Amino acid sequence: MTTVQERATVAPRRGDRVDERVVRRRLGPGKRIPFGFWIGPVLLVGLWALASATGALDPRTMSEPWTVVSTARDLIESGRLQENLVTSAVRAGLGLALGVAAGTALAVVSGLSRVGESVVDGPVQIKRSIPSLALIPLLILWLGIGEEMKVITIALGVAVPIYIHTHNGLRTIEHKYGELAETIGIGRTAFVRAVVLPGAMPGFLLGLRFAVNAALLSLVVVEQLNATSGIGHMITLASNYGQTDVIVVGLVVYAALGLLADGAVRIIERKALTWRRTLEG
Amino acid sequence: MATHAGGLSTGTSAVRVRDLHRSFNKAGGVLNGLDLDIARGEFVALIGRSGSGKSTLLRAMAGLDRDVAGHGSVRVPRQVSVVFQDSRLLPWRRVLENVTFGMRGRAAAEKGRQALAEVGLEGRERAWPHELSGGEQQRAALARSLVREPELLLADEPFGALDALTRIRMHVLLRRLCEAHRPAVLLVTHDVDEAIVLADRVIVLDDGVVRSDIRIDLTGRRSQADPRFAALRTRLLAELGVEDDHDTSLAETYGKKAAS
Repeated sequence: MTTVQERATVAPRRGDRVDERVVRRRLGPGKRIPFGFWIGPVLLVGLWALASATGALDPRTMSEPWTVVSTARDLIESGRLQENLVTSAVRAGLGLALGVAAGTALAVVSGLSRVGESVVDGPVQIKRSIPSLALIPLLILWLGIGEEMKVITIALGVAVPIYIHTHNGLRTIEHKYGELAETIGIGRTAFVRAVVLPGAMPGFLLGLRFAVNAALLSLVVVEQLNATSGIGHMITLASNYGQTDVIVVGLVVYAALGLLADGAVRIIERKALTWRRTLEG
Repeated sequence: MATHAGGLSTGTSAVRVRDLHRSFNKAGGVLNGLDLDIARGEFVALIGRSGSGKSTLLRAMAGLDRDVAGHGSVRVPRQVSVVFQDSRLLPWRRVLENVTFGMRGRAAAEKGRQALAEVGLEGRERAWPHELSGGEQQRAALARSLVREPELLLADEPFGALDALTRIRMHVLLRRLCEAHRPAVLLVTHDVDEAIVLADRVIVLDDGVVRSDIRIDLTGRRSQADPRFAALRTRLLAELGVEDDHDTSLAETYGKKAAS
């Protein structure tokens, strides 16, 4: 979405007497570089490889790139990586689903009725000021150190951004649409379905993007607490044995999970907000 | 062009408002004992200065004034449609879905398509509201009102946000639609010309009561070139406390200045 306009067709030739205007010097950043996004990461990996090859980087500090690649291959061949990935993905997915459901339900209750708002909004706002991760000690006492605690911790982290953004989306639906629905004489259920939910959709989807990040953050933390499986467990174990190659593989998997989840939300956004896309462009 | 028989042909009225009072605060009422009748199929334009209570009356008739204090009786038909100044198309519904909004049954889509064709929006059923121009959006809003076959159409400055040329086209369209469907109409407007062009009767609201009730007896095409049109215009503007003639009022202003 570059706003810099190219005017190659009117660029003057030297000595051209017809075109005597002053062509302004460009002050903006100029044309986009193709695949520009990848230049930085590739440079970094190159530097890493160079430092490893010359011995400037001690393998105990950081494994060589090729070791990381072969370790990844070994981990995949032994099935350890997939196994841990599935465990982590299920954890994050369950927590995300639970949190999204709870956050949406609370937002709808509090967004649609003043009584609901009085009951729900206060506690959620208070909860919001306590980072979910600070609740882990209490959750461990209540739920033990098993899967429940992990999933609930993730869900708590997810529910808040979903609630905040959906609630905001509900409240900013223009009053005039409510008035229209009143004059048309539709019932409350139809009103919620036709006006409230689609109107709150942009807010909800924004919340979802934050929620996906929150889920991954919580996942990383809970997996380092007494976990016996999962990517985080794999990383913690590798840390004990000084296996930086395994740690890097784990981090790459986390990054891939994050990018994948964000991409998925973007696709949902594009599908659900067609009416908005035409507005924007 | 069909003649506007108005209330003369029908015995019963579509709208009957008696002694209507509405006030937003204790200081004074917006409507102060207003009486109004609209016959079936009659087109009434409501003009008045800002704050004269036009919109309050319309909202009372639309049943949109739950939180406003007041008393009096309002009787309107069961099927009432409202056209607002903005089109109020739901941006997340395609044009056809907006027109049939709230309607049930399989016939709804077909009726909606017909209504869209009637306002000249054939082929735009699948468009998003943002893809339409201002005039087209307002036409879609008209289609949404008429597809419900209202006995009373309430229009609150429906063309106020449109440019002058589009407005003229909308006048022609609205007249044609009203002649075809014959709802009773209450059109709130600032525009005296619009009132004369469209209405069977023009009601001037002042200080929350009907100040004057003027029947428009222009037959055939209503043209601003018609001297009777000009006479009505002058009279209505006078009721609103505005001098029609720019030259006169300018001369008066400068005359007074010169004198003082």
